[in-house]
Amino acid sequence: MTAAAPGLWPPTVQEVVFLLLGVVAAGSALLVVTTRQIVHAALWLVVSFGALAGCYLVLTAEFVAWVQVLIYVGAVVVLLLFGIMLTRAPIGRSDDLDSGNRPAALTVGVATAAVLVTTVIAGFGTAYAELTPGRGAAEPLGASIFRNWVLPFEALSVLLLAALIGAIVLSRTDIGGKD
Amino acid sequence: MHVVYPAVLAALLFSIGVYGVLARRNTILVLMSVELMLNAVNLNLVAFDVWLRDALHGGQVLTLFVIVIAAAELGVGLAIVLAVFRNRRTVEIDHLRDLAEIPPGGEPPAAGPDGDTPGPHGGLPDGDAPDGHMIPEGDGVPAPARGGAR
Repeated sequence: MTAAAPGLWPPTVQEVVFLLLGVVAAGSALLVVTTRQIVHAALWLVVSFGALAGCYLVLTAEFVAWVQVLIYVGAVVVLLLFGIMLTRAPIGRSDDLDSGNRPAALTVGVATAAVLVTTVIAGFGTAYAELTPGRGAAEPLGASIFRNWVLPFEALSVLLLAALIGAIVLSRTDIGGKD
Repeated sequence: MHVVYPAVLAALLFSIGVYGVLARRNTILVLMSVELMLNAVNLNLVAFDVWLRDALHGGQVLTLFVIVIAAAELGVGLAIVLAVFRNRRTVEIDHLRDLAEIPPGGEPPAAGPDGDTPGPHGGLPDGDAPDGHMIPEGDGVPAPARGGAR
C-alpha cells in the first residue's frame, strides 16, 4: 500500500511485541487442541484469547480488543465451562479425548497451514500497514457503526434475540412438542 | 507493522482450529476449535482493516459482528449439545452414529471398538420418546450409563 515500506528485518518494536503475543496465542491454541484435560483446554483458550486481544491492541484496534476480552474471555469461556460441567465431562486426565482420525486430522491441518502460509507470504510479503493510534478507538468505531452500519447492527440484534430464544427452547425440558 | 505477521498468525490459528475440529472427540472441544478458527478470521479482518485504512471501518465493525455471531452460535450449539447429552448420555461425536449409512452387508461400519452399536442410546429404549421429549432425568443417574456405554 505504501511506497517506501521498510524491510522485514529488523522488526520494529510493535512487530516484536506482536510476534511475542502471537507465539503465546498460537502456542496456547496448540495446547487447546492437544491437552488431555478438558478443563485445561478451556483455560488455555483464555490465554489464547487474551494474547489475541493483545495483538488487537498492538494493531491499534483497541475497541475490538476490549470487546474480545469482555465477550470471549468473559462470556464464551464461561459458557464453555458450563457446558463442560453440565455434560459431566471427565474432569481429570482422560486419554480418549482424541478420536481415531487423528493422523488424518494432522495431515489436513498441516496441509492447510502450508497452503495458507505460503499463499499469504506470496501475496502480502511486502505489504506494510502504518499504525496510527486511535483509529480503532471507541469513538470512531461507534460513529461508524451507528452511521454506516446501522442496518446490519439491527439485523444482528434480531439474530441474537432469536438465538437466545432458541437456546432457551432447546435447553428447557418442560416444553415439549405439540402433543 | 508488516501485514505478513498477523496474516501468518491467523493462518496458523486457523489450521490449528481445523486440526482440532477434525481430531477431537468431545463436542465441546470441537466447539472450542471452531472458536479458534473464528478468532483467526477476526485477526485477519482487523489486520486488513488497519492496512487498507477503510474509511467506514468495515473490517473492525465486521469483527464485532463476527464476535456477536460467534457468541450466538456458541449459545445455540451448547444448547444442542446439552439436548443431545440428555437423550444419549454422551457427547462424543463418534458415538453418535444414528445418521450413519448402513452398508448392504448389515452391520453398521466401525461402530466402536467394543461393539458399541447405536441402538440403545444409553438406556433409552428404541421406540420410546416419539415426540423427541426429553426423559425426565434424575441428576445423579448418568454416570454409570456413561461408563457402560464405552
